[in-house]
Amino acid sequence: MKRHLISAADLTRDDALLVLDTAEEMARVADRPIKKLPTLRGRTVVNLFFEDSTRTRISFEAAAKRLSADVINFSAKGSSVSKGESLKDTALTLEAMGADAVVIRHHASGAPHRLATSGWINGSVVNAGDGTHEHPTQALLDAFTMRRHLAGAPDGGPTHHRGPGDGTGRDLAGRRITIVGDVLHSRVARSNVLLLNTLGAEVTLVAPPTLLPIGVETWPCEVSYGLDPVLAKTDAVMMLRVQSERMNAAFFPTEREYARRYGLDGARMAALPPHAIVMHPGPMNRGMEITAEVADSGRCTVVEQVANGVSVRMAVLYLLLGGNEPAVTTTHSSPTTALNRDAARRSDDFEENDNR
Amino acid sequence: MVEDRSTAPARAVLEAPDIARVLTRIAHEIVERAKGADDVVLLGIPTRGVFLARRLADKLDQITGRKVPVGSLDITMYRDDLRLGPARTLARTEIPGDGIDGRLVVLVDDVLFSGRTIRAALDAMNDIGRPRAVQLAVLVDRGHRELPIRADYVGKNLPTSLRETVKVQLAENDGRDCVLLGGPHASRHE
Repeated sequence: MKRHLISAADLTRDDALLVLDTAEEMARVADRPIKKLPTLRGRTVVNLFFEDSTRTRISFEAAAKRLSADVINFSAKGSSVSKGESLKDTALTLEAMGADAVVIRHHASGAPHRLATSGWINGSVVNAGDGTHEHPTQALLDAFTMRRHLAGAPDGGPTHHRGPGDGTGRDLAGRRITIVGDVLHSRVARSNVLLLNTLGAEVTLVAPPTLLPIGVETWPCEVSYGLDPVLAKTDAVMMLRVQSERMNAAFFPTEREYARRYGLDGARMAALPPHAIVMHPGPMNRGMEITAEVADSGRCTVVEQVANGVSVRMAVLYLLLGGNEPAVTTTHSSPTTALNRDAARRSDDFEENDNR
Repeated sequence: MVEDRSTAPARAVLEAPDIARVLTRIAHEIVERAKGADDVVLLGIPTRGVFLARRLADKLDQITGRKVPVGSLDITMYRDDLRLGPARTLARTEIPGDGIDGRLVVLVDDVLFSGRTIRAALDAMNDIGRPRAVQLAVLVDRGHRELPIRADYVGKNLPTSLRETVKVQLAENDGRDCVLLGGPHASRHE
């Protein structure tokens, strides 16, 4: 048992399905007159955000509040961090206040892992995006959205359904997912590749060579430099934002050239199979990786992804905090980073402290 | 849950025909007490309560000639023992389209034991709507209440010791219909 969600690779297939199935039930709470469950009453969830975020922070806040947890929002701006306080001292402060879970977003890759394994805090740590490393809850909500639309019909073919509950218990075996764009700076891409692979999907990354990370050939996915050849064999295409704020070099000649080669426009969308969906983790750069025509079309699931995000995060918080120990078991088979192996070794030391 | 037959041979106290008769009687009692069962909504508590609720709905349909709304009510998130074990897997809550406001809700479960499940169900229902009244139908009442809760319709009163186990099996879930009484056994009924 592990108390933290740091990497999508921590989740086994059964764990991932448990999260998705739980999220499916959580989604039903949103349809009720009283959108609240008493389950985490008396627990404190701290949103520790060192980096700007709209969607993820609001989503975690809504999720925790729907489960009746007390939520403390912390953003680095306007806090003692701007006076130079370290992550450690911030963490010790949160521990002294009795945080049961810390949801952390940090600009440095590995910060959530440090928080989880340093012994500074006893609560669960949920990675809400660290640098260019991982964003596991985003991968879970993407998988949730894909499953609702694409989980295999009884005859094995793709289906295009929207109803709640569709896909419960199913994985994404055989679905072909294409992730396009700035993979180099994308924590969403890494988490998605790992999780989708666990769920049986076939992932293809599409990007110019300059926007692919070193070592991408060891990832469990295909890589293509051209978008057009893969479109016809795609069940879901995920457009990544070009993260210009992280770009300190010229990765492509001009924005116009990038948009022409790797942007999704109406003509490219028409090349997709009829059941295929268009996804984007947000925020979108309209005109850059996605045209307004595509973004506003019925096949684009951006808004749906946001709604699903609340359900998925409710599921994660419930499974980590709902019992006296987390329901999500984790094996540490992550092939991608030494970081995760390290986490596996060190988290063993924490097992004894679990029965608080 | 697997019955441990090596230490405690389980005895069937109700067989399939008994269960069918018991459900028919309960259906008649519901119609009688609700004066026609016009506004009855059946809510089963997962897992086996849902199957029993569906069977009761069929019986009510045969008696009154009207379709009775039937749904399921998962109580996991409202349990008082969540922190005593790992987080539990959720089951489905499915409220019939017309809701439960102003209706007579009959909760259906397989075994009535401590009463804590029903307490949680009443809390869960509170977040969904405001029924005119709530009644409780159970297949087996095995006693040992820990809360001031009683059933309105009881299939069979089964006096047990705390060390015995009562296990309901239904064809929809377990392949056969029966109620098994196990001998002295460490674990409680779920």
